Amino acid sequence: MTCLSKAATIGLKHERKYAIFAAVNSWLKTFAWDFQQLFLFSLRVIRGMVSRKFYISETLEQMYLIGVGSLYLVLLAGAFAGQGFAIAFSNELADFGAKNYLGRIMSIAVVRELGPTLTGLMVAARVSSGITAEIGAMKSSNQLDAMVSFGIDPIQKLAVPRLIALVLMVPALTIACDAIAITGGWIVATLIANMSTAIYWSSMKERLIFGNLFIGLLKPFVFSFFIAFIACYKGFSARGGTKGVGKATTESVVISSITILIVNFFITKLVHSAIRGYL
Amino acid sequence: MIQLENVTFAYDERPILKNVSFSIDETESVVIMGPSGSGKSTILRLIMGLECPQEGKILVDDANICVMNERQKQEVRKRIAMVFQEGALFDSLTVGENVGFYQIEHTRMSRSEIEQNVRQMLGFVGLRADEIIDVLPDQLSGGMRRRVAIGRALLSTNPRVMLYDEPTTGLDPEATEMVLELINKATVERNISTVVVTHQIPDAIALANRFIVIHGGEMVFDGDLDALRVCDEPRVRDFLQPFRESIGKVNQRQFV
Ligand SMILES: Nc1ncnc2c1ncn2[C@@H]1O[C@H](COP(=O)(O)OP(=O)(O)O)[C@@H](O)[C@H]1O
Ligand SMILES: [Mg+2]
Repeated sequence: MTCLSKAATIGLKHERKYAIFAAVNSWLKTFAWDFQQLFLFSLRVIRGMVSRKFYISETLEQMYLIGVGSLYLVLLAGAFAGQGFAIAFSNELADFGAKNYLGRIMSIAVVRELGPTLTGLMVAARVSSGITAEIGAMKSSNQLDAMVSFGIDPIQKLAVPRLIALVLMVPALTIACDAIAITGGWIVATLIANMSTAIYWSSMKERLIFGNLFIGLLKPFVFSFFIAFIACYKGFSARGGTKGVGKATTESVVISSITILIVNFFITKLVHSAIRGYL
Repeated sequence: MIQLENVTFAYDERPILKNVSFSIDETESVVIMGPSGSGKSTILRLIMGLECPQEGKILVDDANICVMNERQKQEVRKRIAMVFQEGALFDSLTVGENVGFYQIEHTRMSRSEIEQNVRQMLGFVGLRADEIIDVLPDQLSGGMRRRVAIGRALLSTNPRVMLYDEPTTGLDPEATEMVLELINKATVERNISTVVVTHQIPDAIALANRFIVIHGGEMVFDGDLDALRVCDEPRVRDFLQPFRESIGKVNQRQFV
């Protein structure tokens, strides 16, 4: 009796151990498979982009929806984040008697890091959820198949216009975000830190040099590809009705946000060493 | 016209269809029946070339669609049109844009010419063009949506085969009657082949006199109503059990 139960416990222990391995294994497999599918999907979108058929009105519509639709959100986020940065920096700099450098620091922090990531995250939250939900709903109601059966490639008709719209609008939104965040810094500089407008702007402009602007625009350009690929892929591969579309939408936002932060780090790291002379 | 030869199909290693073979002649009407999840929609998707079977062949006019590239499939799809379950209307486009979708995308016809065709087609499917042409699909009733979807498929390329996936599921008796009449009208007036998937036997009887029964991915019956009535294959009897009465009735009507 005891012997039996002992054997059972050992068996159970083993099973538990294996269960963990099995879970990790299946998770890794799913991850690798998804990653591969995403990669292949991205290649198809890129191939769709260079094909002859181009849906200009869809692209313009998406540019409007993405650009104008996200502008308020990006401006609001940029204004508050910029002022927050400026307050923190100006206090710190005041301790060293270096308050006049506030403009320089704001310019570097905003143009290189804050503007691109903040805009990327805002667009990931607002736009990638919309794209995944819309395409996923079309998929689950057979609209994508209907499109194919009428001789239209859904990748060209849906994914390519969204990609192009993002590639054009995310950098534009980033510039808007940069501008309002730096302006937010100026408000803090003059009203809270008692700096003169002229000193803030001139020290800010000192750091608006090629290298910084290059990084500041390269980032949103790269982010936009990731947002488009992930959001469209999640929509196209959504399964399991309304619930499946909901799940795909959540995953789309989570994955694109995390990807933006990771890609941001690597761009900062790589580009820094590559164009150090221009920084 | 359409031939399936020993078609075997699986989704992610989960077998859906096993060794299915049948053929459909020019201007023939066939109903595919079976419980839900038995693989009926999958058969239509295979005929459209939206999926590829792991084994077997699907011939459309003697050409194997399974080995074609996307462009060749497009050519085949000009001869076959499919009405998807629930209609699958594009919900960001108006009814008019849905019905004229193919002509807007693929032809250089002027807007007014297309609109004229769309109005004519809406008339054919029994809808008032003036009232609904600029309306979005989600404002239509279920029955109207199905009819718009049928109009969209008919206006695409003058198909010679129409595939309908559960055209009456979820409709009230009146709307069902109208959709069935429309399918018959389209079949007769345009002299085309019709393949209808349904799990409602009264509908099936109203649409064709050849029945294919699919059960768990296997084809368990292929024949006419008389043969269906006397078929003693247990899986067919199981499926037909709830409808015994209506089959009997139609039979009586036929003999009177
Ligand atoms: N995209 C898919 N991926 C995996 N399984 C699927 C997919 N589509 C359908 N199936 C499965 O295939 C089986 C047959 O589906 P279907 O042909 O739609 O059945 P029916 O139309 O007869 O109700 C079902 O069990 C369904 O769960
Ligand atoms: Mg079905």
